Amino acid sequence: MPFLELDNLTKRFGGDQPAVEGLSLVVDRGEFVTLLGPSGCGKTTTLQMIAGFVDVTSGTIRLEGRDLLAVKPARRGLGIVFQSYALFPHMTAGENVAFGLEMQGVGRAERDERVRGALALVGLAGLAERYPRRMSGGQQQRVALARALVIRPRILLLDEPLSNLDAKLREDMQIELRQIQRTLGTTTILVTHDQAEAMALSDRVVVMNRGRVEQIATPQEAYERPASPFVASFLGKTNELEGRVSLGVVSIATGTWTKPSAEDGRAMVVVRPEKIALTPPAPDRLTGTVRMRVFQGNHWLYRIETAAGAMLVIRQNSGEPGPAEGETVGLSWRAEDMVVRRRREDPA
Amino acid sequence: MRPGMVSRLSLGGARVAWLLSLPALVIFVAVVIIPLAMTALLSFHDWGQYKGIEPVLILKNWREVLTDPYFREMFARTFRIASLVTLITALLGAPEAYILNRMRSPWRGIFLLVILGPLLISVVARTLGWALLFGGNSGVANQALMHLGLIQGPLPFMFTEIGVVVALSHVLLPFLVLAVWAALQRIDVQVENAATSLGAGHLTVLRRIVLPQAMPGVLSGAIIVFALAASAFATPAIIGGRRLKVAATLAYDEFLNTLNWPLGAAVAVLLLLALVAVILGCNALIERRYAEAFR
Repeated sequence: MPFLELDNLTKRFGGDQPAVEGLSLVVDRGEFVTLLGPSGCGKTTTLQMIAGFVDVTSGTIRLEGRDLLAVKPARRGLGIVFQSYALFPHMTAGENVAFGLEMQGVGRAERDERVRGALALVGLAGLAERYPRRMSGGQQQRVALARALVIRPRILLLDEPLSNLDAKLREDMQIELRQIQRTLGTTTILVTHDQAEAMALSDRVVVMNRGRVEQIATPQEAYERPASPFVASFLGKTNELEGRVSLGVVSIATGTWTKPSAEDGRAMVVVRPEKIALTPPAPDRLTGTVRMRVFQGNHWLYRIETAAGAMLVIRQNSGEPGPAEGETVGLSWRAEDMVVRRRREDPA
Repeated sequence: MRPGMVSRLSLGGARVAWLLSLPALVIFVAVVIIPLAMTALLSFHDWGQYKGIEPVLILKNWREVLTDPYFREMFARTFRIASLVTLITALLGAPEAYILNRMRSPWRGIFLLVILGPLLISVVARTLGWALLFGGNSGVANQALMHLGLIQGPLPFMFTEIGVVVALSHVLLPFLVLAVWAALQRIDVQVENAATSLGAGHLTVLRRIVLPQAMPGVLSGAIIVFALAASAFATPAIIGGRRLKVAATLAYDEFLNTLNWPLGAAVAVLLLLALVAVILGCNALIERRYAEAFR
């Protein structure tokens, strides 16, 4: 039996464009699923429908086979971490964490024990007496996580929990979050617009755009085989090129690749910058001129002007000096590293 | 920058700051501090029916004000009325502010105007409205109720403490609503959702989450209302009249009817001191209670 099941979920706030349209998703017990998309794609609305803060226009949500929509938000037993953390400012960290247990009627002794355990789990042992105002953003974030986890929620919902932290702290928290989730085995749904965060944390990602699901897949699958141009451009850097296919041969300017599966005609070719190798120029290769290169520590970012347009290339920093600006280079990649899609004919 | 320049600059900055605030300072000293000092001095002067004011320094007025049961009754009544008004406005105003804060955008603006609108009308006009409604046999509301047979005679409203409390509560309610509303606006809306998700029902959220966060607003609004109610003049003068005096109307009568300025000054200064004591005490209490969580 599926654990959490969203079936044809739709939310309309009034206006023509629904905030969420026909979203169907099955989440297994213990899974970490991320709703990923740009702002306004309906990911937060979806989370709030699961939490019960937003009414559902149509569709159903089932948790362990039972209709979740019939349950009041206060009785759903979900742990939620909000983007703003939403800590109770008039309570200490310990009181914040204890609140949910108090509501469940957990006895004093057990409550204290579990609060201590939850704070220790998020690395805040000893800070129970402190008020949220006197804590750093990262610490507040941990209190919010402890508060959501201590009630042993059936599902943990995370609404952009790391977006208010600085880059270094965010990376640390990502690792820690994943570790805690693995240890506890809590089914988790994360909402984020940060594709790196989604890929680092999730078992599966749900890429959303304008209220619709574009792709549901593991992070690797969505990255390597994006189901739509939107997914390709939203997950990582990418190059989109115009090409032509005839008899299984893809040609882009002077370069050719053999790809029997490609359909004949005009095509859009998508290839990731790190899949491209820089080679000496050759007549049967796509060639271009290095316009700019940027050093980024572990890799170099190249911007290369080709006959098919400007392209991004990422080259690992192997210690060898790469082509300099102004040099002419050849670009090559394996046929299986590119996605070839038939180009829709222009209506005009 | 050389180290010496910093101090010279800030020294110049301080001088400029003093210079810029000088006009306001002069006005403040001229119209508040000096008259206040003169009133305080006046309260130590002597007065007689035939000799008028004698500029001597005696404690006669203060002894009279502090020992005479007549004055004690006036002050007790003043603070009783102010406390009741504060309690009533807090009980009505805090929920009112909460509802106002929960309203959607066009209605919120409209009802905010409805609540603040009365502030644009003179206190005298608003109080006279109550007098028109409940003023003896000819009061509109009294007449209507008597016609309906709900009451036998006119409701006792004019010249009663209840009347003054009701009218003052009406006049001062907007101040409390504004103070609480300001506090409520600082609350993150997600905090209520967070409490709900942890299993708290509506009432629990209100009692455990919203009210404690709104409390600083309720208390600061209450201090404003208390101070305004205790020193109110127009409303007690119209509703309470001569028969039901409070400290402010008492001081007025001593000044303008009895012409005993020194005694009036003693009453006025005592009222001021009592108010300052109450307000500072409450403020210290709030600071101590909420400093930890609310800066």
